[in-house]
Order: sequence, then C-alpha cells, then structure tokens
Amino acid sequence: MNKLLQIAGGAVLIYICIVLGIAVIPAIDLSKTPPGPDVKPLTALQAEGRDVYAANGCGYCHTQQVRPLPEDKVFGRPSAPGDFAYQTPELLGSERTGPDLTNVGSSKPSDVWQYIHLFDPRAVVPESIMPNFKFLFRVVTTVPPGETAVPVPAAFAPKEGQVVPTAQAKALVAYLLSLKQTSIPGYGMNGGMGGMTSAAPAAMPASPSTSASASGGYNYDAAKGRALFTANCSACHQATGEGVPGAFPPLKGNAAVDSADPTLHIHTVLQGAHGVTIGGVAYSSVMPPFAAQLSDAEIANIINYERSSWGNHARAVTPSDVAAVRAKGQ
Amino acid sequence: MQASTTGRHAAAGAEDDRALAAVFTAYTVSATAWLLFATAVGLLLAFKFGAPDFWAAKYLTFGRLRPIHTNDTFYGWASIGLVGLAYYVAARSCGTRLYSTRLAWIGLVLFNLAAVAGTIALELGYNWGDLEYREWPWPIRLVFLAALLVTGWNLIGTVARRNAEDIYLSNWYTICGVLWTCVIAIVATLPWYQYGLGQVAISGYYMHNAVGMWFTPLALGVFYYAIPKILSRPIYSYALGVFAFWTNLLFYPLLGGHHFLFSPLPWWLQTTAIVFSVAMLVPVWGGSANYLLTMRGRYRDMTHSYPLMFIFVGVIGYLVGSTQGTVEAFRSMQAIWHLTNFTVGHSHLTMYGFVTFAVWGGIYALLPLATGKSPGRLGIAMHFWMALVGSFIYVIALSIGGTIQGLDWLHQLPFIQSVVDMNPYWVWRGAGGLLMFLSHIVFAWNVWRMTSGQAGNAASPILARSGEAAA
Repeated sequence: MNKLLQIAGGAVLIYICIVLGIAVIPAIDLSKTPPGPDVKPLTALQAEGRDVYAANGCGYCHTQQVRPLPEDKVFGRPSAPGDFAYQTPELLGSERTGPDLTNVGSSKPSDVWQYIHLFDPRAVVPESIMPNFKFLFRVVTTVPPGETAVPVPAAFAPKEGQVVPTAQAKALVAYLLSLKQTSIPGYGMNGGMGGMTSAAPAAMPASPSTSASASGGYNYDAAKGRALFTANCSACHQATGEGVPGAFPPLKGNAAVDSADPTLHIHTVLQGAHGVTIGGVAYSSVMPPFAAQLSDAEIANIINYERSSWGNHARAVTPSDVAAVRAKGQ
Repeated sequence: MQASTTGRHAAAGAEDDRALAAVFTAYTVSATAWLLFATAVGLLLAFKFGAPDFWAAKYLTFGRLRPIHTNDTFYGWASIGLVGLAYYVAARSCGTRLYSTRLAWIGLVLFNLAAVAGTIALELGYNWGDLEYREWPWPIRLVFLAALLVTGWNLIGTVARRNAEDIYLSNWYTICGVLWTCVIAIVATLPWYQYGLGQVAISGYYMHNAVGMWFTPLALGVFYYAIPKILSRPIYSYALGVFAFWTNLLFYPLLGGHHFLFSPLPWWLQTTAIVFSVAMLVPVWGGSANYLLTMRGRYRDMTHSYPLMFIFVGVIGYLVGSTQGTVEAFRSMQAIWHLTNFTVGHSHLTMYGFVTFAVWGGIYALLPLATGKSPGRLGIAMHFWMALVGSFIYVIALSIGGTIQGLDWLHQLPFIQSVVDMNPYWVWRGAGGLLMFLSHIVFAWNVWRMTSGQAGNAASPILARSGEAAA
C-alpha cells in the first residue's frame, strides 16, 4: 500500500504543482489583462450573436487571432492582449479553413453582404465551402413591417417569396460587425510585442505608404492586380465585375471606374463609400476604406485591374496618382 | 506473507474471472458503439467539405457535428475502451479480482451518460465557446469527472489487493492517468478564474494535457502489459519504463502553450512550451525504444499475430506522431503549419495511429483471454489493413494539403486560393476516412465474435512461444 501511495500520490502532487505554475496561476494573472484602448464590452445583442456563433461552431473554421506574421497582415494588425478583455469564451480557434474574423466588421462592414453570405455563401463567393445557414432565415410572401428583405441574387434566391433574417441571424450579424480591431498607435510588426520582434520575419512594411515611395519605376502588374482584387474586392463586386444587383454596384461599365479622371475611383478605394447611387440605382451597402491596409502601389494595381477588365478601357494610374489623392485626405 | 498471498490469489476465482470478463466486455462493446457513431459523423463531416449544402439544416450543420465527432471519439470511444482495458490489466497483472465490479458498472454508466448528454447538448447548441474538446456544458463535464473518480478509486482498490510487493508498470500509467485527468477536469471546468486571455492559457494547457496525460498514459499502460503477454517475454528494460514515466510527467504538462504560438499569450509561456515539446523526445524515444527492443528479433512473429501488428503500428504511431509534434512546435514550422489542415492530420496520426491502434491491439490481445472467444483471422486481417491503409491515406493527404495551404498563405495569395487548393486533398481524406469507417464495421463484427460468438471459434491470436510457433 505504501508503494501505491508513493507513486500515485507523488505523481499527482508533482502534476498539481506543474499545473498551478504553467496554467492556473498564469490564467488568473492573464484574466486581469486590462482592455486595450477603445476596446468595449459587447452589447446584449452582440453577446447573443456570439452565442449563435459558438452554438453553430463557427470557431472550428474561423480563427480570431492575427499573428505577427506577414501572411496574417491581410487580417489586420497583430492581436494584442488587451483585445481579449471582454472575450469570454475565447474564440481564438485552432483552424483556419475559412478566413480569420478578428477584423471582419471593418473589412466586410456591409450587413447586406453578411446576410447574403450567411444565406448562401456561394452567392457571393463561388469557391466557398462554407455551409449555408438558411436555417437562420425565413422565407415570407410579404415582408413584415419593420423588416428588410435580403437581396439574394436571383440564382440563389428561393423561387417564391422574400428572404428575411431571423432574430438569431440579426444577432449573429451584429456580433460579426462588432469584430473590429481598435487602433493602437505604433503597434505593428515591430511594435510593443515584447520578444516577438526577433522571432517574426520582418516582412511587413512599417506603414502602408513606405513601399509606394520605393516604387519609382512603377509598372502595372496584372497578376498582382487580379490577386489583390480577389482578396479585397471580389466578395462584393464579384470576379465578373458585375456586382450583386440591388446589393453591390458593378464595376463593369461603372462611370467612375471607366472615366478618364481617376480621382473619384481612387478616392472611393482609399476612403470607402456609403449610400451611393450608381447607374440610377441607390446602394445602401457600406464599402470599407482601404487606405490603412494597402499601399499606393497595391491600390494602383487594383485600380488598373478594374480599369482594364470586363470591357473597361480607362487610362492607367500610377502610385503617385494614388498618393496625391491620399494626401488630400477625406 | 505466503499464506496471505495464496489467500488473496484464491479470491480471484472463476466467479471473479467471469465478472472481470463481463466488465471488460461491456466497456469494449460500449466503446465500439461510440467508435461507430463518432466516425460515421466524421465521415459525414469529410463529405461536407465537398458538398457544403448537403444536410445543412440546423441539427446537421457542420459546426454542431464537428465537436460531436471529436468529443465522442475522445470520451466515448477511446476513454471507455482504455478504461475497460485498464481494469483487465490491473486485475490480471496484480493476480487479483476487481476491487468492485459494482463501481466498474457505475463508472460505465457515468461515462456513457456524459457522452450521450454531451452529444445532445452540442446538437441543441449548448457549446461552451467552441473550445476544443471541452465544449460540453459544465454539469456534463462533472458527470465525466465522477466517472473518472469512480474509475480511479476502483483501480487503486484493485492494485491495493495485489499479491506482489511491486506494482507492475502498466498500473502506474493507468492509475496516474486517471488521477491526472481528474485534475485536468477540475482545472478545465471551474470557470471563475479564466476570462479572456486567461481562458486562452487554459485552452492551450487543456488541449494537450487532455490528450497527453489521459490517452497517452493509458495506451502506454496497455503496451506495457500486452507486448510482454503476446511475446511471453519480459519488457526490455523496466527501468527505462520507469524513467519514461517520470520524464513524461515532468515534460508533457508544460507544452500546451504551443497551440497558441504567435498569439498574444506571454512570450515566456510560448517559449516554455517549445522547449518542453523538444524535451518530450526523451520519454517518447525512450518509451518507443523500450517497446521495439522488447519485440527485437521477433518481428517475423507479427505474421502470426495481428494483435502484435496492431500494437506495432500503435508504437510507430506514438513514435512518429509525437516526434512530428515536436517538429511542429518550432516557430519556423508553426509559421507554415499552424491553423492549417496539417494539424488535423497530426491529430489523426496520434489519436488514430497511436491511441486507437493501441486500444485495438489491447482488445484483440486480451479480450479473447477474458472471454475464451476469438475473432476470425479474416475479420481481424480486414480490419487491420483497411484501418492502416485508410489512415495512411488520410494523414498523407492532409499533411501535403495542409503544407500547400500554409505555403499559399505565406505567399500571400488571396485566402480563397488555399480553399481551392485543398479540394483534392479533402477528397483523398474522405476516401481514407471511408476505408477507416468500413474497418470499424469489421471491428464491430470482430467484437461480436469475441463476446457473443461461439467459444473457441478460432485459434487464439496470442502467439505461442517461438519454438512452437516455428513448428
């Protein structure tokens, strides 16, 4: 009996000590991490949306952690400890079968896009393998007062009736749109992450515009333009450039895109847009600004891709054109 | 002393043997049912990657079934199967009867209650924040903890009845595995100290300790009993086994943070995890060498013994899977593989190639001894080859695909490109998964033959001593 006590008792005692040191005490300490600047608690609706997110296992394919690595730059700035002050349960995730959602409220700020995408992801992203969440919507013959129908593209819409979101869908979208990184001055690849600087490959430019100044001999790179368009624009404007009728405006034949004066086009990409009328159609969707995350050269590539595709034939722009509009600000 | 030993030994009479066999049988049958259910769900999930709109209704949506697959393979199949084996190994290696058959039955009911309730809860959307394999609501995890406490008490009681001074190494692993997991369950369940980033620290700890301090020690305990039993020769080095036990205890609990490399967790926590991921090579290589050296010179005997082949694959799975885990933990490797499907391949290499093959090897080696009934050679051969080839395809497909996925990100291609590039590998994964699932049906048939079939319906798969085998 003594031997049993020594082995089992000793092994458990050692284990408890290690667990206290490596897990419990750090967890108690980290639980007190203060919120970062402008990091706010979730509203009741957003918290309800987070429950919908967890219940339906969104976290198994979508991470909510941006690493200080060049490949994560597309998802936002590196996550900071203060970002998670109100994130219980934590939804950092362990797999990224779909894109990271840390900053999806900034990169996809249109609730219309979110609703269409949830109803049928392939309506806006043809290659998506995300399941549809039609069970979060109702199909009605007449839209009840106070509700808004989701403008699902005809090919993906039910044959009869209108699609309206349920309370769960509204909560979920409210949560998704709340996922916005707050800005931390000077916090980037080389900023404030303790020992991280040495480990992370230093490939991210310190500020988006530095690479533009280095690109004196700019040549339009069609392949890069296409890739940047796919990564940043096609979710709404579609690979065909035709947009989604009633939801997202077309770029094909769009007067601003196909115009000799690129100022409005550049300004829209830099600063985003809201409530614009294009070709006589009013669009309520929000377009996010790209000024903070894309360099002048990258924006020039996107704009030149748009101005030379789908039958558009407008003159090419240079990074200095972009820089000039950027300098004028909003 | 002699008299009391004989007296105790006599306590394990025919009645007790029958009771032990009944417990072992019930745990095995129950575990098998969970294996079939959980891997059927897994197969459906694999299919959904190619057909995302297939059965996309509320209760069949991917995100509700995915945790059911992981939790039921972990806490239904592997846990119940290993505890059944642990009971048999404890009683037999101590030359005694179970401390309490009644407690064993209560434990079985509790394990099943937890798994059934957990499955229903996840179906209904009661998911504790998508936290890998600790999604069950806390009352259900307390039921699982109760099952562990009952099991621990029963195993300790059984070993306390042993007739020898020494405690056989298998029981060190199984008893301590159960006790450590009680600690894990408490640490993971109590919510009042883990918020935000603090909860991330516990997630990292939990994701590895629930595997490495639960399934690993129980499966290794089975190895230490089954390999010498099949080969009728002692373990190569008992001292090496003891050394691996203590080093495993000292190193394993510290490496959980490697699941959150490059996250906002403190840098020291991440670095500690990497250092001890490397240190884990000591118990892993030491333990694996011990098993392989016990088998030295007898590899040809595997052709006579499918149980030995299952265990051999399990040992290789342990060696390769754990070594791969060490390599994955380096920051340079994590920058490519982390968050990709490579990690899904890794978890199947370890939970399937190691743990599941160990459970199968243990069951095929020991259940016929308990029941006196054997599976047919064809059945066991079909199970082995389909499971081996299936898991090989599965792991290779996701390892290659996951690497491509990581490189796509590294080259900063549009994200959707990584989804497109994964498609063929997901098809191959499904093909491997189908073979794995079919092998489980054959396994269920074999379990039926070992438990409810006719006695002595085939030659015992246990090897005769080498002299006889050669004859």
